[in-house]
Amino acid sequence: MKKLVTGILGSAALVFSASAGWGATLDDVKERGTLRCGVHTGLAGFAAPNDQGEWSGFDYDLCRAIASAIFGDPSKVEAVPTNATERFTALQSGEIDVLSRNTTWTLSRDTSLGFNFAGVNYYDGQGFMINSTKLPGINSALQLSGAAICVQTGTTTELNLADYFAANNMDYNPVVFQGFDETNAAYEAGRCDAYTTDQSGLYALRLTLANPDEHVVLPEIISKEPLGPAVRHGDDQWFDIVKWTLFAMIQAEELGITQANIEEMKGSDNPEIRRILGQEADSSIGTVLGLENDWVVKIVSGVGNYGEVFERNIGQESPLKIARGLNQLWTKGGIQYAPPIR
Amino acid sequence: MASPTSVHDREPARASWFYDPQIRGIIFQVLVAIVLVLVVYWIIGNTTENLRRANISSGFGFLNRRSGFDISQTLIEYSANSTFGRAIMVGLVNTILVAVIGIVTATIIGFIVGVGRLSRNWLIAKICTVYVEVFRNIPPLLVIFFWYLGVLAVLPGARESVDLPFGTYLNNRGFYMPMPVWGEGAWLVPVALVIALAMSFFVARKAHQRQMATGQRFPVLWTSLALIVGLPLIALAAMGFPLTFDMPEQGAFNLVGGFAVKPEFLSLYLALSFYTASFIAEIVRAGILGVSKGQTEAAHALGIRPGPTLRLVVIPQAMRIVIPPLTSQYLNLTKNSSLAVFIGYPDLVQTGQTTMNQTGQAIEVVAIWMLIYLGLSLSTSAFMNWFNAKMALVER
Amino acid sequence: MQQQDLSFVRTELEPARPAPAGDRGFVRWLRVNLFATPLDSVLTVIGLLVVAFTIPPILRWAFIDAVWSGADRTVCATIAQGGIQPDGWSGACWAFVNAKFEQFMYGRYTYSERWRVNLTAIIFIGLLVPLLVPRVPHKFLNAVAFFIVFPIVAFILLVGGWFGLDYVATSLWGGMLVTMVLSFVGISVSLPLGILLALGRRSRLPVVKMLCVAFIETVRGVPLVTVLFMASVMLPLFLPAGMTFDRFLRALVGVALFASAYMAEVVRGGLQAIPKGQYEGADSLGLSYWQSMGLIVLPQALKLVIPGIVNTFIGLFKDTSLVYIIGMFDLLGIVRQNFADANWASAQTPMSGLIFAGFVFWIFCFGMSRYSIYMERRLDTGHRR
Repeated sequence: MKKLVTGILGSAALVFSASAGWGATLDDVKERGTLRCGVHTGLAGFAAPNDQGEWSGFDYDLCRAIASAIFGDPSKVEAVPTNATERFTALQSGEIDVLSRNTTWTLSRDTSLGFNFAGVNYYDGQGFMINSTKLPGINSALQLSGAAICVQTGTTTELNLADYFAANNMDYNPVVFQGFDETNAAYEAGRCDAYTTDQSGLYALRLTLANPDEHVVLPEIISKEPLGPAVRHGDDQWFDIVKWTLFAMIQAEELGITQANIEEMKGSDNPEIRRILGQEADSSIGTVLGLENDWVVKIVSGVGNYGEVFERNIGQESPLKIARGLNQLWTKGGIQYAPPIR
Repeated sequence: MASPTSVHDREPARASWFYDPQIRGIIFQVLVAIVLVLVVYWIIGNTTENLRRANISSGFGFLNRRSGFDISQTLIEYSANSTFGRAIMVGLVNTILVAVIGIVTATIIGFIVGVGRLSRNWLIAKICTVYVEVFRNIPPLLVIFFWYLGVLAVLPGARESVDLPFGTYLNNRGFYMPMPVWGEGAWLVPVALVIALAMSFFVARKAHQRQMATGQRFPVLWTSLALIVGLPLIALAAMGFPLTFDMPEQGAFNLVGGFAVKPEFLSLYLALSFYTASFIAEIVRAGILGVSKGQTEAAHALGIRPGPTLRLVVIPQAMRIVIPPLTSQYLNLTKNSSLAVFIGYPDLVQTGQTTMNQTGQAIEVVAIWMLIYLGLSLSTSAFMNWFNAKMALVER
Repeated sequence: MQQQDLSFVRTELEPARPAPAGDRGFVRWLRVNLFATPLDSVLTVIGLLVVAFTIPPILRWAFIDAVWSGADRTVCATIAQGGIQPDGWSGACWAFVNAKFEQFMYGRYTYSERWRVNLTAIIFIGLLVPLLVPRVPHKFLNAVAFFIVFPIVAFILLVGGWFGLDYVATSLWGGMLVTMVLSFVGISVSLPLGILLALGRRSRLPVVKMLCVAFIETVRGVPLVTVLFMASVMLPLFLPAGMTFDRFLRALVGVALFASAYMAEVVRGGLQAIPKGQYEGADSLGLSYWQSMGLIVLPQALKLVIPGIVNTFIGLFKDTSLVYIIGMFDLLGIVRQNFADANWASAQTPMSGLIFAGFVFWIFCFGMSRYSIYMERRLDTGHRR
């Protein structure tokens, strides 16, 4: 036993040097040269690798934005795929610096799991998807009494599902899986009648099915699922960086700053734009965060503003074609609202 | 001139205490103990610090909280309003269910295949060899996936179920069969069964005594079978057949009614049985080969036919060789049932994992797992040791 | 007078006639091996039926009706399922395996760096084969190269970050690469560790003995899944804040510790089989504990338990498939993951992928068990009665 422990510790110390840990995440990231970002193991449009191992997606772009803010280079991200079970321990233990993996912001996660949610990058809600050719005539979740329903374990989804059916006096047959892939495969194979998860996930999943047109997402939304990036308790500076990276992307969209026009925007007459982009003479817009003053420029030129990232990965320019909905800016009828950057 | 001192006069060569094996042993052990205590202290310190910072309250209080999730297969009463403790209990019952049924099936297949491999029939021996060599050399998880994804998932959907005899159906949601519904007066049937079992036991003892005393044999097996099947039937008839069947019928989504065996259970059960059977077959074969050939020849010389020779001479002796490794296979099967988590069968690990995810109480859940599995292992070993002692050669 | 007419007397032996038709050649073989008794005949018929009902459909499925190449799922789906095959068609979709083969081997290892994996594999085979063939000389040097030099070289090659090689995160590793690395490290760690644990369990020092017994029995009493969970979920909690392990390393630790407990029991069996005289002989020669173990007892004990050791290796090799639970993709895991690929989702895909994975696992495990039988015979120095 002694040998084992010393062996483990020795090899750990030798091979994988420990990071300094709490309170100095930014320094760690800078020293390491990459941002370790916990993402989904593969959810089309949100974070998924291609055959060559290159990641892309909406959640992954948030990681790239943070890396841009720190390094000025969006490629300095190491994606750490996590499943629903291990995402929290990975963040708690410091294996990852930030968790950007469509994780629902809840009270217990914010408190007893020891995380801080740095805002909401996607307002979501739980829905159901069914195969409409196999189940014609079903157009409401309230008709699902007696159905077998595929759900992934360890998620808020599983709890909402139980609550929803209990509240509506319906019974159902849960078919529970540990991984995302298993759940998809089971739904595809007809093991269950309906699939439930966040609506964004349903759209993403639908895309990966053999015949996407056969499947419809039912209209009911049975829960609030504000999805956002999370960091550990105890490092306020790091929390601020992640939080304001997200806000900067939203603010950039509001001000019409895009990846294409960022260079000319630097010379803009609008004092607000000049301030955000750090073009004012005695600007401290970045140094207060421990970053360069042109951090917003780096984010927008690296990955684009919130709207661009949305459309590119999951919106109209993507195969998912998810409507902005609640995720539209507050000025356009949605609820994406960034506090002022000043 | 100094007289040479005799060897005996000299003090025995006193090595330094440093070379005294006893003292060395003590010092070494003290060092080990100190290091162990330090490591444990360090781990506990880290853990409490980590838990404190992460705001995770430790302790088993969460077991009494409402679980909030549903489980697909519950043999004991359970709903989303039950506690986490109850959920883990449901998982434990499911683990035991699949382990016990799997052990029985694996033993039967294993014995048949093991004996078959030694058959003089070339074809049978080859078929059994192929079976053993195939299943022994692939991961059990692959066998589970094979059944779950390869076989059961490609069955027709709920609306195109395959009709099987006796009102049973098979589709990709599982195997459906009629469930007996006992009416009034059915209590007599289990009573009759218990009486039949007791009588069979008594008959077996009497027959054994008679055979010992007179050498006459009595058809114990057939009598017992007749008793065990007959008495409950008579009881049933006496009460006017208070038995109806709940037949599975086509519902809105699934077949409803009847008794459904879920594909998760089926695949796990079939995979564990087939996989473990290949190991049991090898154990049985080794056991039979381990019985000296002289025993068979002597039995033949006494005019005992091959069937009874195998049953009365070879197998009882082979059992003594077989039981210890058989025990470890049973334990392996029980432990392999934790692979259920890969296909979503709600066993102990699966329900524990859900609990862990919903509460964040990783240490407690892992501790529960370890304790329960250790308990299962120890009780299986204890039972098999008792059985082994009973079967062991009783020498004068 | 009777004339002696010898013209009808044979002068040479009549050539031996062949045995009756029923008692020779194939017929005899049939009679002895298949139809010796009525029961035997019944069994043979049953066996023939089993063969007739399994082999032809399997052959048809796997070879005759199989699809060997194609661009996407349409080649493996029937018209009703949106493909090009006639309705009622059922055959293996080897095209899927073909298209995903690179992934099955390397996982998502950076595309341009895959030559490093190939190079490692070549070195591995180049060192392993001479080690396995008894006739090749320089076994000691070979073993040093294989167990000490090779891991270092492989580490540098696979992980990178030195000598101008790009760093490849272990999260990108997958497929056969992960299976092989886990097995190799597991095997080369669990044997020495298992020996130490076995010696500890038989030690006269109560503290050491107690520790080893507790470790061995605990690990052997629980499933690997829970050990892996522990390595993935609890280990981070045991370490000081911020100190983390690579996930791959955690899986390695879990698998190696698990296998070493089983190895310890196998080795202990060998140690117990060595007659007391051998221990006493070693002591009377004045050998120290480690000398007597290393030179006298262990060489004999290990030789006795080669089948057990190899069985543990095989078990470990098969168990690597469980790392899927902690988010790593070994061969089986990556095959499994690719079932979710919409481009290839068809009714035949899972079966084809699983049979491919099963075949690869089978080749390795069967090879190992055959080699162990061969070694056992070779090393048998004739102590058997």
